[in-house]
Amino acid sequence: MEALISLIIGVLTACGVYLSLRGRTFPVVLGLTFLSYAANLFLLAMGRLVIGAPPIMADGMTGYTDPLPQALVLTAIVISFAMTAFVVVLALKTYKELGNDHVDGIHKP
Amino acid sequence: MNLLFIVLMPFIGAPFAAAISRFGRLHAAWMAGAVALFAIILLIPGLIDVFAGQVLIQRLSWIPTAGLDLAFRLDGLGLLFALLILGIGLLIILYARYYLSAQDDMGRFYAYLLLFMGAMLGIVLSENIIQLLIFWELTSLSSFLLISYWQHRHESRSGARLALTITGAGGLALLGGCLLLGEITGSYELSVILESGDIIRAHPFYQPMLILILLGAFTKSAQFPFHFWLPNAMAAPTPVSAYLHSATMVKAGVFLLARLFPALSGTVEWFWLVSVTGLITLLVGAYIALWKHDLKGLLAYSTISHLGLITLLFGIGTPMAAVAAVFHIINHAIFKASLFMATGIIDHETGTRDMRRLRGLWRFMPHTALLTIVAAAAMAGVPLLNGFLSKEMFFAETLHAIDQSWGWLMPAGATLAGIFAVAYSLRFIHNVFFDGPPVDLPKKPHEPPRWMKIPVEILVVLCLVVGMLPALTVEPILTIAAASVLHEPVPEHDLAIWHGFSPAFWMSVIAMLGGVLVYFGFSTFLSLRTHAGDWPEMRAVYHRLLEGLFLVCQFFTRLLHIDSLQRMVFVFILFAVLLGAANFLTGEAAVLTGDRELLTIDGVSLIIALIMMAAAMSTVLLHQQRFVSLIMIGTVGLGVALIFAKFSAPDLALTQLSVEVVTIMLMLLALYFLPQYTPVESKPFRRSRDLLLAVLAGGGVASLVWAVLTRPYETIADYFITHSVPEGGGRNVVNVILVDFRGYDTLGEITVMALAGLGIYAMLEHLQLKGPSHDSLKRPWDEDKHPLIMASLTRVLLPLALLVAVFILLRGHNLPGGGFIAGLITAVALITQYLANGIGWTQTRLPINMHIVIAIGLLLAAMTGVASWLFGYPFLTSAFGHLDWPLVGEFELASAMAFDLGVYLVVVGVTLLIMVNLGMVHSESHFVKSDHKIR
Repeated sequence: MEALISLIIGVLTACGVYLSLRGRTFPVVLGLTFLSYAANLFLLAMGRLVIGAPPIMADGMTGYTDPLPQALVLTAIVISFAMTAFVVVLALKTYKELGNDHVDGIHKP
Repeated sequence: MNLLFIVLMPFIGAPFAAAISRFGRLHAAWMAGAVALFAIILLIPGLIDVFAGQVLIQRLSWIPTAGLDLAFRLDGLGLLFALLILGIGLLIILYARYYLSAQDDMGRFYAYLLLFMGAMLGIVLSENIIQLLIFWELTSLSSFLLISYWQHRHESRSGARLALTITGAGGLALLGGCLLLGEITGSYELSVILESGDIIRAHPFYQPMLILILLGAFTKSAQFPFHFWLPNAMAAPTPVSAYLHSATMVKAGVFLLARLFPALSGTVEWFWLVSVTGLITLLVGAYIALWKHDLKGLLAYSTISHLGLITLLFGIGTPMAAVAAVFHIINHAIFKASLFMATGIIDHETGTRDMRRLRGLWRFMPHTALLTIVAAAAMAGVPLLNGFLSKEMFFAETLHAIDQSWGWLMPAGATLAGIFAVAYSLRFIHNVFFDGPPVDLPKKPHEPPRWMKIPVEILVVLCLVVGMLPALTVEPILTIAAASVLHEPVPEHDLAIWHGFSPAFWMSVIAMLGGVLVYFGFSTFLSLRTHAGDWPEMRAVYHRLLEGLFLVCQFFTRLLHIDSLQRMVFVFILFAVLLGAANFLTGEAAVLTGDRELLTIDGVSLIIALIMMAAAMSTVLLHQQRFVSLIMIGTVGLGVALIFAKFSAPDLALTQLSVEVVTIMLMLLALYFLPQYTPVESKPFRRSRDLLLAVLAGGGVASLVWAVLTRPYETIADYFITHSVPEGGGRNVVNVILVDFRGYDTLGEITVMALAGLGIYAMLEHLQLKGPSHDSLKRPWDEDKHPLIMASLTRVLLPLALLVAVFILLRGHNLPGGGFIAGLITAVALITQYLANGIGWTQTRLPINMHIVIAIGLLLAAMTGVASWLFGYPFLTSAFGHLDWPLVGEFELASAMAFDLGVYLVVVGVTLLIMVNLGMVHSESHFVKSDHKIR
């Protein structure tokens, strides 16, 4: 299972990097989304993979998974939504003002 | 008496002065006057102790770990300066009320003036030198505001900028000096520093420390070669000049020399650095002052010259010289403040300050003329006036090294400066009030309003009284002030007017006669009146240096800044990959796989993983077709949620799921306005290069994760798990961490979120975009904008969805859920209404201003934190208890729930603000007029 998760995170990172290197705003936004998926999974993985032991205190439960990375990731998800929204709107604004959606603000036909 | 309160009074009064001026022009003046008067009254109880020779020290713990206390000190020197600052300040407040015109914003003026007054009081009453430094910088900042008060004038802005740059740079040097001083003595407290003069002077750091501190003092006191900011600061309103350049701002530098005199003086370095700087400044200032046509320019250079005189006296370093320096500080403050105010009156009543046009004003304003003549005579050092006394003491002190080689240079220079001082004072009197009729004045001159002259009259009377009866008036305060400068009893001195035919007397005579000769000689033979009045200014050098600095900065910027995001991102990732690889390959434990026990793969997980990876790669492959790639990435996001659910993170799964929905909706909305296809632009080489980098980065991250996952680790989570229920009162540890243990972080995060939302709102304001009329396959959009089935269904679903949200919010402390998730669910439920029924329809039924929702949420979260202060606990300590509700049963109530409610409101507010405003960007949107914007 650990190998599979490593592979998934690797693939997500690779997709994110490739799309972030594109020249138009929309693919770059997608790339950033990929990177935040990868980063969130990466953070979760720092607490190791544990199945069936959510950090919710219950009678009879003995082990719990590490709650700390989860708390980190939870806010990271919400913040990355706000940031994605910011970047998307910035992309809209520049598209309107510059007449093209190139990340460098220059139209390269 | 509370020294802290005296210093804080003006700072507290400033915003009130600004606010109160809305209700009447003069209210601000009354407010400022009341503050200054009250501060003086507060100071009175301290007078008795200080005159009895005591030093009052009051301290409050500030940052004890850094050795910083808020410590205030009232001794003779501090008292003298505090009285000057407040007393002259009070006169300036009265004067400015008549000086400012109807167009000038009174509230702003008095608020700035009070800020400055508070900063100056802070300097002179500080015991801790770091604290002194903070007030020092505050004077630079508030004087910037005062000098640039007439913001519409170019010379005001540039003069203020110049003053800020020079004094700010000096402040930086002073900071270095103070830190060194603290290093040498092991304390930042003046009481310690002033006692350890011998240690300081013997220390190897003495020279650099002295130079840095002197740089601070000299820049502030406009000493050569930093003097040029002062004449340029004359662009300020005249009351500001009168205040800054007589009793306060520029005196801060000499105050520092006086304050640290026992600790720093008495060495060869001190003597040469301070006295030579002072002598040059004295001469340069006095000479240039004579040639200025602008009255304020003349006074500015005269101020520079007098500051040089004071500096020179401190440089000479004998006890008597220090007494003379303190005496001249008092006298200069009195006559220079009155002269500036008189200049303001002349400017106010004639419309000009140009001495080529001002002549013969005696006939039009004899009262003002008389006052001005007395003050100017004091400046020249005419007997029976205060300036004479300190100037003669100064002449006497320059003679103390006469028997050394070149020892004659100092008295010669002093006499020469005295000649010019008499000459420019005489020019001020003769040129302005006599010498024929005025030339082409903009206004017909007449006497100013009665009350405008009162401050000048008070100061001029002081000039006379101090000049004639020094022992009865100024002697007591001078003695205690000089004693605290010297840190030892003041030497025997005699403030008499007549000392017999001493050398100093003859120097005074030479200065007086020479000055008269020079003025009339120059105005006859060198045509003082037609001289261009320009002098090679240090300002030009300063601008050269500044331009050079900018050029260097531009050079480096061009060198380092690549003008393309694509290339910068490439370089950034490339270096991250290289650094990671290099560290791994050269590290000691270059073993990838650890020895932790691994989980087995089950079939369902494998299938989901394969789907996710396939979707991710298709997103990249099909990214030119934007709509398709968006659907694909949605699949990936859902896969991520499933991974969270699988690995014991139900909270994350719920959050990811709801965020995914909102994010995809957001991107769909944005995509509507953007091109539907991405053109293929980059060459195959570039694409393969990027692909290679992407694969390397992905491979690196994958191996990193693998390396981590196969190794055991130590966690600090046990603390949270064991303390969650007893201290946080919640069973859901993730939620307890968010709202309790690390509640401060969460508060920061929702603040960032609120800011992002407001930023988006600002960007979308007035943004109108045309959406396409056809989709990418040339099919027109459906005419039916709000399908009936969807509209009806969403209305039924809304209460249910809200119920779920409330349920998730309430149970969040004990079961998966909480403010973030509940907020997102609510937002999705409401956005669905907008989607199905249109913005206008929903808006009329949900007329809520989202800005207010966000603000209430933030406030609620912050107040929950503050509430724990009231019970004596640290910020955001959770309190909880169990309530027995009838019918419902036992119910737990934690203060963290209020915090979570705040989080909930912020999330709902921000999400709706973003989505709804984005939805209204469409210029032809149905139902909604463009001005009907959601706030």
